[in-house]
Amino acid sequence: MSLHTFGWSVLALALLAGCSQKDDGKTVVRIGSVAPLTGAQTHIGKDNENGARLALDEINATGLTLGGKPVRLELIAEDDGAEPKTATIVAQKLVDAGVAGVIGHLNSGTSIPASKLYNAAGIPQISPSATAVKYTAQGYQTAFRVMANDAQQGAALGQFAVKTLKAQKIALIDDRSAYGQGLADEVEKAVRAAGGTVIDRQYTTDKATDFSAILTAIKGKGADLIVFAGMDPQGGPMAKQIKSLGLKAQLLGADGIQNGNFIKLAGADAEGAIASSPGLPLDKMPGGPTFKQRFNAQYGEIQVYAPYAYDAMQVFVAAMKRADSADPKKILAELTKTDHTGVTGQIRFDAKGDTVGGAVTLYQVKNGTWAPLATVQ
Amino acid sequence: MDIFAQQLVNGLVLGSIYALVALGYTMVYGILELINFAHGEVTMVGAMVALAVMGALLGVAPDLPGILVVIGGALVAIPACILLGYTIERVAYRPLRQAPRLAPLITAIGVSIILQNVAMLIWGRQYIAFPPILPQATFQIAGAQVSALQIFIVLLSGIAMAGLWFMVQRTRLGRAMRACGESREIASLMGVDVNRIISTTFIIGSALAAVAGLMVSAYYGLAHYYMGFMLGLKAFSAAVLGGIGNLGGAVLGGLLLGVIEALGAGYIGDLTGGFLGSHYQDVFAFLVLIVVLVFRPSGLLGERVAQRA
Repeated sequence: MSLHTFGWSVLALALLAGCSQKDDGKTVVRIGSVAPLTGAQTHIGKDNENGARLALDEINATGLTLGGKPVRLELIAEDDGAEPKTATIVAQKLVDAGVAGVIGHLNSGTSIPASKLYNAAGIPQISPSATAVKYTAQGYQTAFRVMANDAQQGAALGQFAVKTLKAQKIALIDDRSAYGQGLADEVEKAVRAAGGTVIDRQYTTDKATDFSAILTAIKGKGADLIVFAGMDPQGGPMAKQIKSLGLKAQLLGADGIQNGNFIKLAGADAEGAIASSPGLPLDKMPGGPTFKQRFNAQYGEIQVYAPYAYDAMQVFVAAMKRADSADPKKILAELTKTDHTGVTGQIRFDAKGDTVGGAVTLYQVKNGTWAPLATVQ
Repeated sequence: MDIFAQQLVNGLVLGSIYALVALGYTMVYGILELINFAHGEVTMVGAMVALAVMGALLGVAPDLPGILVVIGGALVAIPACILLGYTIERVAYRPLRQAPRLAPLITAIGVSIILQNVAMLIWGRQYIAFPPILPQATFQIAGAQVSALQIFIVLLSGIAMAGLWFMVQRTRLGRAMRACGESREIASLMGVDVNRIISTTFIIGSALAAVAGLMVSAYYGLAHYYMGFMLGLKAFSAAVLGGIGNLGGAVLGGLLLGVIEALGAGYIGDLTGGFLGSHYQDVFAFLVLIVVLVFRPSGLLGERVAQRA
């Protein structure tokens, strides 16, 4: 045959070979995981992916059967760079790849636009770490989260600021992301409800490194507490600049800065900073210490959300088992009935997709590490 | 006013850094009429190399005084950036010397992207922290809290700019550079080795960029592969604001831009009653640029150069 025909035959054979789904006799079910794997938040993004992967590998090791057929789970880990634009592109990609569900995204700012696409395709989405209230307030049946939302976290922060820290003049800084904005609004509400005063509200972005202008403005107003609703790539430099400007205010943050990278970036200036995180401290979590051991052996230090990513995957597969199928619609019906004992605690979803119950813990940087300070139910 | 002095100080420090990087842009444009978009990335490479060397030094000799570690980092970063700048010129720009103006411009953007991604591959995507080895002394000057590092940055920038001015105005090399800036063809007829002058320009610009990069990472306490982008954009805008091709203009533009940014971000919330927030910090700088260019297209100190026939 001519070279032309030969070439096409080879191509056709190669394509046919690639079409095969059955690998070692098992059907492959794909589950997506989306988190920032590039950019400043890579450390927590990778953390999420590893948490989900740990769960997936454990499930594959024990073996899974759906509809009488043995099944192998495959994790499709995608990167959204914490950018809302990229998040929608990646979400469409996963939908087209025919995933049964998605563990993601990490940020609220990316989970919210992506949830629209997953809802349209009927694919369940369980976010391990998106805390903005809006995520489940859109009326999408497919949006779930396994972490308490910012209404709770903001309330806890506001209460703590006024009642425990007894702050008189509170300044709020948010990074204008869906997460930062929503959280700052919740904190402001809670502060006012507790009788405190917010004397200034400043804004930055999730790409900025220079905060001297806004911190100087806050210093001029005489703030004694600065609440920062944003992530650690900003929180770290901000803590440094607070000290170098001679601003005598306590820094109060949320789960965005409550990780090891904040301390690395802020150095000695991180000492004394307080941050909240939804959920119990890892050691107090029912499955915490054993999870920590298994995770450290495989992937090293836990950044912050890995236990939640692990639980999200477990919850999803548990629903898959109950539905006895990899059909997203059947899994969705079972997800709402979740009552799962996970590493992070008991997980049940309400009508909107939020977790029921859940605590918020406050941590403080003492001697270069985060130490639990108080837990609010 | 208490915080006005502080905002001014912040702005001057920021402006000094912009000015130092803007000098690189303006020097290259003056001679080649090329906007070297890769210059911001050279700054970033200077910061990353310096941090890597400092990390290695601290690993070997943890008790070394902080100043010596920083100098050690600078001594490696400056030659590294010089080599990088020289290579970029030889490989990416010189072959396009006779090409239409758009070609080297696109090439410069391409080099910028290449450098960003190579840095990401080498040093990872994370923010790298500057080791806490510098003295944290602060002083109260006229109601503003000024740190030793800030004073050092302004002084060092001033010395670098003064040195550059002296070199351009009072030495033979500087005269040759000015001649090339006026006309490369006539300068070569006068016995100036134009290629050597252009390479020297890139070398000087890259050395300044290395110093600027190290200062930025020391000031903010971190460096990452993407830091050159915004810095380069702002420095370029500063150079245009002051009059591109004009060294004094680059300095003036840089300082002005830094001060406008700091004052703007600090006061905009109060001025507009909360309508516009301080996250529009970057907007002021570019707004000022547009306004200045509308009324004075050649920049604040720019001269109207006659079009070549």
